Formats: sequence, structure tokens, C-alpha cells
Amino acid sequence: MRNTWTITLRETRAYFVSPTAYVIITVFLGLTGWFFVGSMSEPFPDASVSSYLVPSTFILVFLAPVLTMRLVAEERKLGTIELLFTSPVRDWQVIVGKYLAALTLFIGASLLTFVYVVLLYRYGDPDTGPIVASYVGFLLFGAAALAIGLYTSSITSNQIVAAVVGFGILLLLSVIHLASGSVGVSIGNILTGLSMAAHFSAFSRGIIAASGVAYFTSVIVLFVFLAVRTFDVKRWT
Amino acid sequence: MGQEQTGGFSVRTRIGRSLKTKIVKSSFVVIEAFSLTKHYGSFPAIEDVSFSIGEGEIVGFLGPNGAGKTTTMRILTGFIAPTEGTARIAGLDTISHSLEARRHVGYLPESVPLYFDMTVTQYLRYLGSLRGLSKPRIAERISEVIDLLGLDQYRDIYIGRLSKGFRQRVGLAQAILHEPPVLILDEPTVGIDPKEIVETRRLIGSLGAHHTVLLSSHVLGEVSSICQRVIIIHEGRIVADANTDELAKNLEDSPRIEVEIAGPEKAVRQALAAVPGVSKIESLGVNAAAAYRIHAAPGCDLRSAISSAVVDNGWALLKLTPVSMTLDEIFVQVTADNRAEDA
Repeated sequence: MRNTWTITLRETRAYFVSPTAYVIITVFLGLTGWFFVGSMSEPFPDASVSSYLVPSTFILVFLAPVLTMRLVAEERKLGTIELLFTSPVRDWQVIVGKYLAALTLFIGASLLTFVYVVLLYRYGDPDTGPIVASYVGFLLFGAAALAIGLYTSSITSNQIVAAVVGFGILLLLSVIHLASGSVGVSIGNILTGLSMAAHFSAFSRGIIAASGVAYFTSVIVLFVFLAVRTFDVKRWT
Repeated sequence: MGQEQTGGFSVRTRIGRSLKTKIVKSSFVVIEAFSLTKHYGSFPAIEDVSFSIGEGEIVGFLGPNGAGKTTTMRILTGFIAPTEGTARIAGLDTISHSLEARRHVGYLPESVPLYFDMTVTQYLRYLGSLRGLSKPRIAERISEVIDLLGLDQYRDIYIGRLSKGFRQRVGLAQAILHEPPVLILDEPTVGIDPKEIVETRRLIGSLGAHHTVLLSSHVLGEVSSICQRVIIIHEGRIVADANTDELAKNLEDSPRIEVEIAGPEKAVRQALAAVPGVSKIESLGVNAAAAYRIHAAPGCDLRSAISSAVVDNGWALLKLTPVSMTLDEIFVQVTADNRAEDA
């Protein structure tokens, strides 16, 4: 556990040594704030968080791969990966450590949006249940997006490639349910079942569905596992 | 190269034999490679590489670029797995007991892996922690290695701002930080200026007191100045494994001398050919005077005979330099010896 923590600490610090963390947090807060103001400016505004969290998932599709792209790709480029994997540290400790660093930053940025929640309670009378469900869904969405980004960062030494491939996978998983109308019911159900956006919409309506939790957890575990496996494969080939 | 066994490497080079005949300084074998083979796709990077290194030895791993030095070292450090064969550090298999084996190794990869966004101290603290040192021990060791490597003024400087030479020192610092019994250094003096090279060699030499060192290089002079033993690898195979002294002695057996002589070329050639022990004369072209490379028979020192031959004829001797063998020539000789022996 200590190794994982050591790596998480270094990666989190690295985010703040470079401008990355500041830029990403600024863009994230700027856009979510814009969505919040937009939803409150309507004639009869809803006192709900889903009005700004739903469009904010699209920010995650773009920002998550940017946040994760350097995690492994940069180590490959610099050669520091040789240090990590010749130190007495297990592959999964390295990967999980890095994942937790990205997750920490994302959760931190999400917590800052609680300002809007505070405003809702100050000036309106929102239902607490949907707010909790929406935030749980939003955090799961983000955590899954970061796992995908982490994986694409681990397959290349080129950060741009890592970000673009991650962005491609995320975009596909966000819109895949839109094709369900044109492919027949059974395949359509599968496509909807694979869609991150479809699963998130249940959360945004106030439902913490077991299927949604299971879906996002599976995506996280699968892609973190694939990232770990990538090292083993590269070691043997 | 026609001298066959007598002039060849007396410590035989083919692996099985060398393992039997090798006298290690201590009874503990700490680095072992057993028929390591690594294929990248269908490309064989190394083939059947075997050697063992005893505690306290400083061994040079010599070979041209692309010979398989880095691949071998990466297998020994557990960074990659061999396609076939096994490697052991302090008796621990680098695959099945990978983490335990890694604890015994300090590694400086050729690329000198550093995080440019960390200061020297931050970097060492991070790696110390990854290697399982306790917090107080890390602090202790950091000040020790910083002293040893003369990094005191730079401890709080971001690594990205350091010169190449100092980055190399930081790389060495991380390798010895956790006091590993085994040090594996991949081309530790490449790309740093000559003054730093001398300093680094001295340092590595001194590390032999506490560590078993395997260092790779493509410079024979470097290896012979630091190491007691040299393993030569060529095209993925070990072609020689000998004590540095023996190697040097064997290479001196067929010395060559480069001379520049102001005199008529034909007469000079005749006079040189008449000197006993001269086996071959090459012309190296004409600058201020004609230059020649003279090959001597094994064991002959021709310098005085040549100079007196020149003086006797009334010519001027402008230059007389004994030439050591280039690495390429060594490989040619060593592989030729092997073939002669195998035949």
C-alpha cells in the first residue's frame, strides 16, 4: 500500500508543478459554471444539479484523456519507466497509484462545484436525493473516463496519441446508444447497455441503479486491469 | 590473426568452459545468466548469453552499439523477461522472485531516467521510498550520496536545469541510494565531458569496495581502466570472457606502430621491411611526410629497431606511435580465435 501511496503522492504533486492541474481545473470550473448559470437563467429554473451535470459529462469526455495522457506515456518517453519497473514495486501498484492521483484531482475539482449546490440550497428548495444520485453518477462517469484514459496512456509513449485514442473511446461510449434506434431491439439494448451516457441519465434522474454502479465499476476495473496487463505483455515481447 | 590458440585468449571464451575456469574473487556468485536469449519479434537481440559474476567483482560488459548489452542488462534488472534462459541476482530468479531480486540491484539505465519536474532531493526521496527505505534512513542516505557525488550545491535545483554531467551523477546517486549489493550501469560515461568521465570512472572504481559492479561500455580503454574482468558481446553472443590483464597482454602480442618518415618512399619501405620482426607495412598516404603502419610479429617491440633504421639512412623520423587495437579489430580477432578453436 505504501508504494501505491508514494506514487499517488508524486503524481499528484507533478500535476501541480506543471500548469496541467491549474489549466484543467480552470476550464472545468469555467464550463460547469457556465452551464449552471445557463440553467438558472431559464424562465422557470429547476433547483437541480442535473441541469449542469449532464452537459458537464461532455467536458469529461474531453478533459479526462488530457488529465491522464502523461501518466504512463511520459514515463515511457523519458525512460523513467525503467526505474519504476526495476524498483521493488508491483505493476499494479504503479498503475493504481497513478490512477488514484488523477482521481484525486478530478474529485477535488468536482468538490469545488459544490458551490453551486450551496447556491441552490440558499436560493431554492432542491430535493437532496437527486443531488446525491447525480453526483454519485458524475463521479462514477469521471472515474470510468479516467480509467480509459489511463489505459490509452499505457499503450504508447506519445501523449497526443494517448489523448486522442482515449477521447475516441470515450466519445464512442457516450453516443453509442444513439444508434440503438436503427439496429433492432436486441442489439439496440446492448448498445444502450454499453453507453456511459445512458447509464448516467438514470443517475441524473435521481436513481442510483445497481446496473449503473456495476457498469461503471466494470469499466474502471477492466481498463485499470488492461493497463496493468500492458506492462506484462511488453515485458515478455 | 594467424596465431591460433597460442596467441588467442587463454581464458577460453565459449561459455561452458569459461564458467568452469573462471576464478572468482569470492565464493559468492551474485549475478548469474544462464543461456539468456531474447527475441524481439523474430529479431534475436541476444542468443545463449551465459556468465556469472562473483561478489565484489567489477566487470566490464563490452560491445559495439546494438550488440545486446542493454538487452542483457534489462533482463538482469527484471525490466524485461528473457525469451529463454534464466537470470539470477543473489540467487534470486529475476522472474519468479522479481521483487526480492530487484531489491538487490541498483540500476542506471542508458537513458538516465530522471523526472525533470523534481529537485534532486525530491527525486531521491521518491526513489528511496519506492525501494522501501524508512523515512529517517532516506534522509541519511540522501545526504551520504549527495556528499559522495558532489551534488551538495544542487540538492534543491530542479533536475531539468542540471547539466548532462550532473544529471548523470544524480542517476548514479539513485542507483546506489538503497545500498544494493549489485550495481548495473549501462554506459555510465556516454555523453558527458572528458573531465566528468575521469571523475565518474574514479567513482565507479571506488564503488567496487561495497558493490558488485557490471558496467557496459563500447570503449575498451574505459573498461580496462576500471574493471578486472571483461565480457565481450558481439552480435548478441558472448565472444570473450577474460581478465582485463590477460586481454591487454594478448592484444599487445601483435603490436602495430604508426610512423611518419621524411624520405623517399621506395627506399623507406625497403629499409623498414629489412627490420627483423616486421610482418607487414601499410601505406597511410602522404602529408608532410609519408606515413606507414607497421605490423610486427607477435611479441616484438620494434620501436628502437625502426628508429635506428631511419636514422642510419639519414631520414627524419617525424612520428612514432604504438597503436592499440580498435574495438572492431578486437572483435575480429576474438571471433577468429573462437572459430579457430571450434574447428
